[in-house]
Amino acid sequence: MDLELLLVILVDGLVYSSYLFLVAVGLTVIFGVQKVLNVTHGAFYSFGAYLTAFLLGLWINDAEGSAWKLLALSLAIILIGSVFLGVVLGVLIERGLLKFLYNRDEHIVVLATFAGFLVLEDVILLIWGTDPYLAFRPLELMGSSDITGLIFDNYTFTMIGLSFLVALVLWYGLNRTQFGKVLLAVIFDREVSMAMGINVTKIFLITFIIGTFLGALGGAYHAPIISVQPGIGVEVIVLAFAVVVIGGMGSIPGALIGAIVVGLSRAAAVHLYPELELFVIYAIMALVLIFRPEGLFAPIHARKI
Amino acid sequence: MKLRETKFTQCLVGAALGGVMALGGATAFAQTVKIGTPSFLTGAAAPAFGIPAKQGTELIVRGINNGELPAPYNTKGLAGRQIDLIVYDEAGGGTKQVTEFRNKAQKDNVDAIIGIISSGTCAALTKVAEELKVLTIQTVCGTPRVFEEINKDPKYVFRTINHATANNVSAARYLAAKMKDKVKGFAGINQNYAWGQDSWRDFQLAMATLIPAAKASKKPQFPKLFSGQYGTEISALSRSRENVVHSSFWGGDLEAFIGQASARGLFKRKSFVLTVGETVAYRLGKKFPQGILAGTRGPYGMYVVDDPTPLNQWFQKEFRKAYGSPPSQPAYQYAQGFLAAKYAYDKAAKDAGKFPSTEQVITALRGATFPTFVGDVKMGLSKGHQAMTDDRWGVTAWDEAKGEMVVKDVVVFPAECVNPPDGVGSIEWLKGGMKGAKC
Repeated sequence: MDLELLLVILVDGLVYSSYLFLVAVGLTVIFGVQKVLNVTHGAFYSFGAYLTAFLLGLWINDAEGSAWKLLALSLAIILIGSVFLGVVLGVLIERGLLKFLYNRDEHIVVLATFAGFLVLEDVILLIWGTDPYLAFRPLELMGSSDITGLIFDNYTFTMIGLSFLVALVLWYGLNRTQFGKVLLAVIFDREVSMAMGINVTKIFLITFIIGTFLGALGGAYHAPIISVQPGIGVEVIVLAFAVVVIGGMGSIPGALIGAIVVGLSRAAAVHLYPELELFVIYAIMALVLIFRPEGLFAPIHARKI
Repeated sequence: MKLRETKFTQCLVGAALGGVMALGGATAFAQTVKIGTPSFLTGAAAPAFGIPAKQGTELIVRGINNGELPAPYNTKGLAGRQIDLIVYDEAGGGTKQVTEFRNKAQKDNVDAIIGIISSGTCAALTKVAEELKVLTIQTVCGTPRVFEEINKDPKYVFRTINHATANNVSAARYLAAKMKDKVKGFAGINQNYAWGQDSWRDFQLAMATLIPAAKASKKPQFPKLFSGQYGTEISALSRSRENVVHSSFWGGDLEAFIGQASARGLFKRKSFVLTVGETVAYRLGKKFPQGILAGTRGPYGMYVVDDPTPLNQWFQKEFRKAYGSPPSQPAYQYAQGFLAAKYAYDKAAKDAGKFPSTEQVITALRGATFPTFVGDVKMGLSKGHQAMTDDRWGVTAWDEAKGEMVVKDVVVFPAECVNPPDGVGSIEWLKGGMKGAKC
């Protein structure tokens, strides 16, 4: 294999990994803290993508002005829209659905969030209809770069940057702030944390809002490179689960490493053996489940009796 | 007691009234032809296929019911009876569609089903339609397996457009006619399911006969359906030695691919053959790549926009007026299914001298040649149940004056040039070097 091909696989792999990480990180944050396998995450992604594509269509797609100004406005739309959705949907789902389910069986929680996902998907249809939204303008505005004779669009490179930024901020927030320490305490033992006076209800709500924001951010940032259409949330949630299972449920470094492993393996498959493209993701997941059922990075907990 | 009597009398009157209304309803019911039309109203196939198909259906049904269509379809209704249309969602997969079909046939008592976009739905419903004896006119789905494997002896099922083989054969014929010496090899990116795999296989086999010097890529790309992210595949295609790329992508996948590939200059590096590219050309407007080959699986959409036949001009004008955009191929193809029904019902009524039975309608449609928007549709394959039409290919260009995408340098391939002879299977025909083709 020549060096040029290796470099292309590395670049393609990192781009795809960043996509996977952005999609999966919110899911793993919520699971890590609340032990909720949140299927509504797919709908958060869809909401983020729809709102962004809709607003970009309204204000950016046909707008004139300097590229920098339009790009800055696009990024503001992505960020503010995601925060807005994080708060609105996060509060709605956590307070309206999950708070009634925290002490229930895991299967019921999964089913309830799946129901929530279906309802939210229909709400999307109600608001934005069945027509797909296209918002390629930021992708075009950012231009492209030549690497080993191949043209890559710069927008996807910024996606890699965003993924590392998100990972860094989450790591810092969790390990270097007071809120992070409180969160770790809740993750470690919810009951003892409550006994020590931590407002677990509030922590759960804030965590869920952060998770929802991350899901919406994933969709929002992808909106300029995809066709935003009904059903995108379903595709995403399956991939996100695979990445989270590989990395270890609830582990942020796990989601990052899981995304990188899957992204690089998939890129290698597409370039070398395209027929294995789909197989490779689930083959890795199966292997991890056989040898480390808890995932690559999930801490092993003693079972409470 | 008096109260009871009053109630009893009211009940009697109510029952009598109900009976009269029911009879009236039954009379009204008997005066219509009830048609169920499945189309993707939700999901990924809705925007590029399902919604235009529904719009085309509603427009043509309005035209037929009001007698607005030009000759020879200028009489009201099907054999004089109004169409009672029920459009329903095709989303949900084969099992759900079988249930829906049974509901429409046995509960709603439809006289016919006209529609179906997905090859999967067509495959799933073919046997059920025969079992329930419901006249079913398939309008968009492409798989040749419907009549070549699943239902070799059809009675109630018809398909009124070319199957997918013709589309890929005509694409290869266009390359052979226009750029034979320039094709150094061809790569492919197709969705990883029956439609994508069959399309690639047919194109590959046709190319092997028509341009044997051009070899197929050993690494054809088959990304998952609806995956939406094609960065890696675009890199692989950019690096490939082959200078032509074949793709049967459709819907949102196609739009996403075009957006991502345009940003990376792929359409400038390679010659593209998008077998159903026309379905998104109007939606994308200027963003649709120029200078590529975009197909419509027959004489529809962009390829017939200026065709002067009165029927075509009526459809173009009324569609634009009703929906604010030009009709693309699914709109035409669904409307064509209803024209087939109109032709068959009217002919059967004329032959029978009264409103025809389903059997008589089937006899009228089997093996028929009926006029459509542009040219004729010949029900010439699979014992008269599979249509043959010409197929057209050309190169896309932006027309500034019209403000829409057009095709130039168009070549029309006759139906007998791109379809196998009757009784010969598509794969067998392609592998045998397309013998018997009349070009």
